[in-house]
Amino acid sequence: MSDTATSASEQGHALSSPFAAAQLMVARDIQLALRKRGQIVQPLVFFAIVTTLFPLGISPELSRLRDVAPGVLWVAALLSSLLALEFLFRDDAHDGTLEQHVLSGQSLTWLMLAKTVAHWLLTGLPLSVMAPLAGLSLGVPAAATGGIVISVALGSIALSLIGAIGAALTLTVKRSGALLSLLTLPLSMPVLIFGARATELAIKGSSYAPPLYLLGAMAVLGVTLAPLAAAAAVRISLE
Amino acid sequence: MTFKQWFHRLGSPPYVYAFAERLTPWFGWSAALLIAYGVFGGLVLAPPDYQQGDDFRIIYVHAPTAWMSLMVYSTMAVAAAIGLIWRIKIAHAAAASCAPIGASFTLVALVTGSLWGQRMWGTYWEWDPRLTSELILLFLYLGYMGLRSAMDDLQRADRASAVLAVVGIVNVPIIHYSVTWWNSLHQAPSVMQLARPTIPPSMLMPLLSMLLGFTLLFAALLLVRLRAEILVRERSASWIREALNP
Repeated sequence: MSDTATSASEQGHALSSPFAAAQLMVARDIQLALRKRGQIVQPLVFFAIVTTLFPLGISPELSRLRDVAPGVLWVAALLSSLLALEFLFRDDAHDGTLEQHVLSGQSLTWLMLAKTVAHWLLTGLPLSVMAPLAGLSLGVPAAATGGIVISVALGSIALSLIGAIGAALTLTVKRSGALLSLLTLPLSMPVLIFGARATELAIKGSSYAPPLYLLGAMAVLGVTLAPLAAAAAVRISLE
Repeated sequence: MTFKQWFHRLGSPPYVYAFAERLTPWFGWSAALLIAYGVFGGLVLAPPDYQQGDDFRIIYVHAPTAWMSLMVYSTMAVAAAIGLIWRIKIAHAAAASCAPIGASFTLVALVTGSLWGQRMWGTYWEWDPRLTSELILLFLYLGYMGLRSAMDDLQRADRASAVLAVVGIVNVPIIHYSVTWWNSLHQAPSVMQLARPTIPPSMLMPLLSMLLGFTLLFAALLLVRLRAEILVRERSASWIREALNP
């Protein structure tokens, strides 16, 4: 597939397949982000710091922390993904690349999906690896690691997608941090509810499949509809 | 004038301005009458509940405002979608006018529900699905108003907040069906059942009257806000001077 895309661009022809364009976009975004590793690392450090705040504020007793661990992990994951949203469109909007994407004639919906996929690979996936480590510091048993990884990985898909809509809407607003949170957090609350429930069941050792199915359903709903809304929002912001 | 002609006239701000001025008193006074009957019927005529005594009477404010919070959001989302798809400015003005009214209804529903909950369940708040999703609705209204006010360019503010309103519509069915999908603390639907409702007519009639009254009140408030919104948007237009100095 990528060979076809490379040869088409070498010939100077327009890419006909939106999927090929999306693939190029994912590869480009990841390549650019890897040059600025700070953008990937800072949300993870933020996550680690926030999960540290709760034991300092509540109690150092691991038994008490274990009870609140699902909520703490998921709230920290939510806030850290909000921080990471800043990096989704900012650079491209500043240097005009985003306008080129809109004008390119490629399906903006596919490009938005590609940007969100790249964003999830760079933020959601590392978060799902860090979450069990933070969980260990909160007294979570090591047997729950698998459940935490899966639920955070699945839930962060929906978080990235919902966040992409919010980020696209607030593209032109200066100092949009608080407004972005106000727009994104209410829509992310169901993900938080079911993700924390899945983590709680994983910690107890029970089957965490039911909330996981709902997280998957939200991810599917997001994948089908959120790129459309994000594309519309980007067009409006750049009008 | 045929219906089709009248419908097209609704896209014109001067027409809507005059139309709203004529219509507002009708909605306002009929709302006043219906709410007056609803209050009197609910507080005086309806018998006390066998389980809750007189505490249940707050339903005459709580249920209509909760229903209105959903209805106003749906209206706002439909108006926003019309403005977004067909680029009709007055639709965006209507959506902007709906938002503060809807947010107020949501707030009243939450507060009256909280007071009722303290009497019935012993707690001012409970994180059950219906209460949580109604709270999310309040945040959606506030987010809509916040996004609108954060943008200087009016057209961009209109269109961006319209996208947000349409995205948030997914919350409305969640609120409505939350008591059916989950076994929650909040009462299951007893009025909207298709079979005979389980509530006696002496209690039901004032409730329906309050519901209709609040709907007409929303219509009246919407028209008043809409006229103000039109004045702001069209302040440099020539027809404004004639409209304000008849």
